[in-house]
Amino acid sequence: MRFVDEFRDADTAHALAAKIAGLCEPGRQYKFMEVCGGHTHTIYKHGLEDYLPETITLVHGPGCPVCVIPMGRVDDAMALASAPDVIMTSFGDMMRVPGSKGSFFDAKANGVDIRMVYSPLDSLKIARQNPDKRVVFMAIGFETTAPSTAMTVLRAAQEGIENFSIFCNHVTIVPAIKAILDSPDLRLDGFLGPGHVSTVIGCRPYEFISRDYGKPVVVAGFEPLDILQSIYLLMVQLHEGRAEIENQYSRVVPWNGNLVALKAINETMELRPYFEWRGLGFISHSALRVREKYARFDAEELFQVPGVRVADPKACQCGEVLKGVLKPWECKVFGTACTPETPIGTCMVSPEGACAAYYNFGRFTRQRVKEATAR
Amino acid sequence: MTEQKNWVEEALAEHENQIDQRHFSKVAPGEREALVLERIDRARRARARVKEERITLAHGSGGKATHTLIEAIFLDAFRNPLLEPMEDAARLTMAGGRIALTTDSYVVSPLFFPGGDIGDLAINGTVNDLAVSGATPMYLSAGFILEEGFPVADLQRVVASMRAAADAAGVQVVTGDTKVVQRGKADGCYINTAGVGVVPDGLDLGVANAKPGDAVLVSGPIGDHGVTVMLARGELDIDTDLTSDTAAVNGLVADLLAAVPGGVRAMRDATRGGVATILNEVAKAANVSVVVAEDDIPVRAEVRGASELLGIDPLYVACEGRIVAIVDGTAADAALDAMHRNPLGREAAIVGRIADDPPGIVLLRTAFGGTRIVDMLVGDPLPRIC
Repeated sequence: MRFVDEFRDADTAHALAAKIAGLCEPGRQYKFMEVCGGHTHTIYKHGLEDYLPETITLVHGPGCPVCVIPMGRVDDAMALASAPDVIMTSFGDMMRVPGSKGSFFDAKANGVDIRMVYSPLDSLKIARQNPDKRVVFMAIGFETTAPSTAMTVLRAAQEGIENFSIFCNHVTIVPAIKAILDSPDLRLDGFLGPGHVSTVIGCRPYEFISRDYGKPVVVAGFEPLDILQSIYLLMVQLHEGRAEIENQYSRVVPWNGNLVALKAINETMELRPYFEWRGLGFISHSALRVREKYARFDAEELFQVPGVRVADPKACQCGEVLKGVLKPWECKVFGTACTPETPIGTCMVSPEGACAAYYNFGRFTRQRVKEATAR
Repeated sequence: MTEQKNWVEEALAEHENQIDQRHFSKVAPGEREALVLERIDRARRARARVKEERITLAHGSGGKATHTLIEAIFLDAFRNPLLEPMEDAARLTMAGGRIALTTDSYVVSPLFFPGGDIGDLAINGTVNDLAVSGATPMYLSAGFILEEGFPVADLQRVVASMRAAADAAGVQVVTGDTKVVQRGKADGCYINTAGVGVVPDGLDLGVANAKPGDAVLVSGPIGDHGVTVMLARGELDIDTDLTSDTAAVNGLVADLLAAVPGGVRAMRDATRGGVATILNEVAKAANVSVVVAEDDIPVRAEVRGASELLGIDPLYVACEGRIVAIVDGTAADAALDAMHRNPLGREAAIVGRIADDPPGIVLLRTAFGGTRIVDMLVGDPLPRIC
């Protein structure tokens, strides 16, 4: 398949892997965080870690937008969805994320009208088709999906659709990275920057990471060779003693971002003073809400939202796992209270989360898997 | 919404019961990981239990939740030696002869899609369940649940295609039932079919028979049906020429069994849950590992493309006319030849092999050159497709 297979070529991968191995200093351990859940997915789907020497560890970051939504917000969404005449619309991946009273899937089974959509514009279509209902879109995601939500709000305003609103849970990536960098026990050597987020915000917002924290960042694409090349670029920077922002994904990411998309976000949304992240706690200026000018499309204004905070169970140590301080099995609730079927923390929610992956496959070392497939 | 107990508190209480932290802290740090892994393995082996208070769509996905539901509710209630192997059809001896019996319900939406409709699906699905258990399909029943207001012309169209599919497969619909429910209580038309077939003496297929050294074959490109139906819903605005692979495979199965007498260990038709689910069932039932190569698995470019866009894996997408066969390694080439000679198996391929370690696990050698474990599907964000 064109534009895909070129980025999955095994021969090129072998050549890159050899160059990466050549840059490893003896006795040194390397830890890189891929910030974005999309990268985690690629790494997992293609078995990319087989190409890396044992001394390079990839730490899966906080960039899975559904996993970081805290239980309280899921409960709020559930309350919204249960209000009279409401049709709640949501991306499919949000359906499994648990609140304190279960997930959207459970609520749907209880008769709540929750529909899966592929785009916020589909929600708007449902609103047009159901003028006697109030359609709410569960808006989630980083700067990647925020523009499409913003454009949908603008479209609704333009068309004068009054029975549509959004429950805004958009989060911003930079404060989360900063929270991780500020933790005293951090052990990371560099970052794979989130490619899709960067198509919108560009590369400039990461400059503080190299300037203030002395860590290199390579904004990476989502095909396996993109990631391998980005790791190579990080290794070259470390080898040469540099800490800079590089753009591996230049075929898609403009250095200054997408001004049209940024303008749409800025027109309709503003930063919240603070927002809670599952596993990471409250982070200031880390999320977006609807601007007052568009309050008629803001579900939090239109409906009674309980807004009750459901604290992450104290024993949940997602934050430490995310920062690479703890291994999944070292978390106090791992494997007993927190399992893939009943996930408590963000790392267990998505199948690619560090804990879910370890729960399912931790007993098979990479070496054992490699031997089994080689024979 | 009914009031539910706070499951987090429940889970934490359960956790307190299970873990004696003092004991844990006495264990040498180097051995703690092993202790945690052992605890997980114990939990895995524990009896299946449905934790949800109500049925969710995940219970119908063909993945983990479906298996839990079947084991905890149905198998638990009906437990008997004929049901326990959980094959696509039960094999029983009646009046001195061996027969296979199976049943399946069809709720596909939309009812009509490129390459087929709910009618031929209802015939082919049941014929295939019989065929892959080694039986020659003979007679089918058909039950219809119709929604008030359903167009008679559509019903005629569905039934005509059932008749054509039955003729093509060489089976007859010999009994049936009709119910009509109020508008809104069903989605147009649901069909249930059951079927019986004759099993030749001495033929005993089953996924538990898989042995290290066996080969894994698929009879053609995977995922055509699932992707076709998803696109036919029109929610995605993607146009392709893709058509469903719905077909009766009894001819193909007969050719295969004849070509390698005694060489076939097991067959499954890769419907709900796709090829990945079947391979996991093989790995678990026979306590072997299944090693497949992504490069060798036939997938049409359209299916790959749509899967890339939707973020789904073709390995989990349903087919309605494809079989997965586990064949003695020494008979693999002959089996592949036999499949290639049948029009339905022209694009068949050997996609992997059975090994001994690690048991119960499906491993994929990716086209990129890495490896990953292919697990049972957890959850199901996709609307129903078969």
